[in-house]
Amino acid sequence: MGNSMTEQAQIPETQSPSASEEGKPDIIRVEHMHKWYGDFHVLQDLNLTVRQGERIVICGPSGSGKSTFIRCINRLEEHQKGKIIVDDVELTDDVRQIDTVRREVGMVFQHFNLFPHLTVLENCCLSPIWVRKIPRKEAEATAMEYLERVKIPDQANKYPGQLSGGQQQRVAIARALCMKPKIMLFDEPTSALDPEMIKEVLDVMIELAGSGMTMICVTHEMGFAKTVADRVIFMDGGEIVEEAPPHEFFNNPREPRTQKFLQQILQH
Amino acid sequence: MAESTMKPPRKTLGPIAWMRQHLFSTWYNSLLTLLVGYLIVTSVGPLLNWVFLDANFKGSEPGDCTGAGACWLFVSQRLNFFIYGFYPDELQWRVDVMFLLLAVAFVPQFIERFPGRKWLGLFGITGLPIIGYFLVPGGLLGLEPVETTKWGGLMLTLILAYIGILASLPIGILLALGRRSDMPIIRGLCVVFIEVWRAVPLITVLFMASVMLPLFLPEGMNFEKLLRALIGITLWQSAYMAEVIRGGLQAIPRGQYEAASALGLGYWKKMGLIILPQALKLVIPGIVNTFISLFKDTTLVLIIGLFDVLGTVQSTVTDPAWQNVAVEGYVFVAFCFWIFCFGISRYSQNLERKLDTGHKT
Ligand SMILES: Nc1ncnc2c1ncn2[C@@H]1O[C@H](COP(=O)(O)OP(=O)(O)O)[C@@H](O)[C@H]1O
Ligand SMILES: [Mg+2]
Repeated sequence: MGNSMTEQAQIPETQSPSASEEGKPDIIRVEHMHKWYGDFHVLQDLNLTVRQGERIVICGPSGSGKSTFIRCINRLEEHQKGKIIVDDVELTDDVRQIDTVRREVGMVFQHFNLFPHLTVLENCCLSPIWVRKIPRKEAEATAMEYLERVKIPDQANKYPGQLSGGQQQRVAIARALCMKPKIMLFDEPTSALDPEMIKEVLDVMIELAGSGMTMICVTHEMGFAKTVADRVIFMDGGEIVEEAPPHEFFNNPREPRTQKFLQQILQH
Repeated sequence: MAESTMKPPRKTLGPIAWMRQHLFSTWYNSLLTLLVGYLIVTSVGPLLNWVFLDANFKGSEPGDCTGAGACWLFVSQRLNFFIYGFYPDELQWRVDVMFLLLAVAFVPQFIERFPGRKWLGLFGITGLPIIGYFLVPGGLLGLEPVETTKWGGLMLTLILAYIGILASLPIGILLALGRRSDMPIIRGLCVVFIEVWRAVPLITVLFMASVMLPLFLPEGMNFEKLLRALIGITLWQSAYMAEVIRGGLQAIPRGQYEAASALGLGYWKKMGLIILPQALKLVIPGIVNTFISLFKDTTLVLIIGLFDVLGTVQSTVTDPAWQNVAVEGYVFVAFCFWIFCFGISRYSQNLERKLDTGHKT
């Protein structure tokens, strides 16, 4: 469906992929990472290096391990073999290191996962106040700035249940940004939305990409990938099958599995 | 813009139309309405007569009860005993202070716009028990001590229920969290605790607390029967509470835990700020149910020789000086319990309405 939608969401060429990140330091390093669910080898020997400010799009068929992969990056899932280093901190069982990493990594979920018993503003301020120990006044001011940026400052005192899906997802993005993270992870942020709401969320994400945030997005919005991504990663069966800049990825995919996948999603 | 001026159709019915729609819509509905109406008229009339119209309110002796209705003199003459048990008359002001504080803390909870009612409620669960701890038993600050064996009546019922309720909620929360913990030892201990206490009837718990426990405790380590009963009731109640709360915890979607973790909240903040507020809200009806049944179960302390309000009444209705006053006594007890249980229930309904924040995501 959403292809015509994402076409409208494109931004001028100036913000398209560039090599300007070349000299920047690495912020995420994943080395020979494996993960099992019981006996099921869900992630197999993943390697990925992300430089500061890079925008990565991950796509692949359902069940290929995309969500599991990005959830390993903030330790919502633990890996059993290999290394994950985020902002020079290696993710191990050490709770303090996990906490340190989670402060630097924001996450946006497919189903928003806003806290229904708190207002929009309280959702946004919660973590700055309780985790970063920022005074309430200051946290609220910051939250309002971000709500402004995602274009819903007027909904600040409503409860999530009173908002539309697109609005809720924008609140979720603002909530993650309020922690001033260095990295943002998106797990299919538009998949649960009605078609007419996809654009408003993508617009916010494009704006964010333009501001230099390091982003890893699992998404099937190919228009978004073409516009914003520095690299597109294709996963299948728990492996990274192909990794390429978007024009190469979409115009000459090397692997047959990638070609087949692209045919399927670009057909309709 | 035509739709902006349209109002939803009004739905008002006159009394006649309302009755036709709700009471006499079909022939069998009409029949039922008439039947129920007949039963109400024939039963409520005599009841009103017995309770009010033919009842005896004046006088002070059994002989003054001459009317055909209830002999409320029995209750009013013995009211002091029903409320304070054997608590000495000249010290009863201390209990009265507690009743007053209880009312000050909790009656405003029913009045939506009462200023500072949150703070009064907070006082009710923190300051009030502390004051009560010093005031009711005495023995400190120059207050004459009153042994717990002299406590009784409604006062004892309220103490048992209040402390049982207040203490079992936090213990129940901890047990519920423990039972869902990732740590096998903690989880195992909580499961054993809950399953053991829940499987035992309260009567057995009270017997154990009053008769068996002293046999096992070393000499000189014995403590008050009332305290032992209170601990027994609280732990027993906590096991129930834990299971009610665990039901709420299980109903919270995994996404809520994940979002909280992803924001960097640690275990206690995640539980305290995100999970428990939602879980407790979901199980308010279950929690209130548990509170109410605890309130009524406190009457079982009768079997270990503590005289709660039911006990005090039961021990006086057999008084040969008063003839046939058992019904009046038990109606009075029923009324006492009903007032408090109904109050708890109403309060919880207010709370549920206030905490409703629109449909879930
Ligand atoms: N908690 C879990 N336990 C066992 N298997 C799981 C669990 N979560 C996901 N899986 C399995 O792991 C595979 C990858 O899942 P996921 O990462 O959600 O895929 P994607 O996001 O690419 O659709 C799927 O086959 C899924 O069934
Ligand atoms: Mg997924």
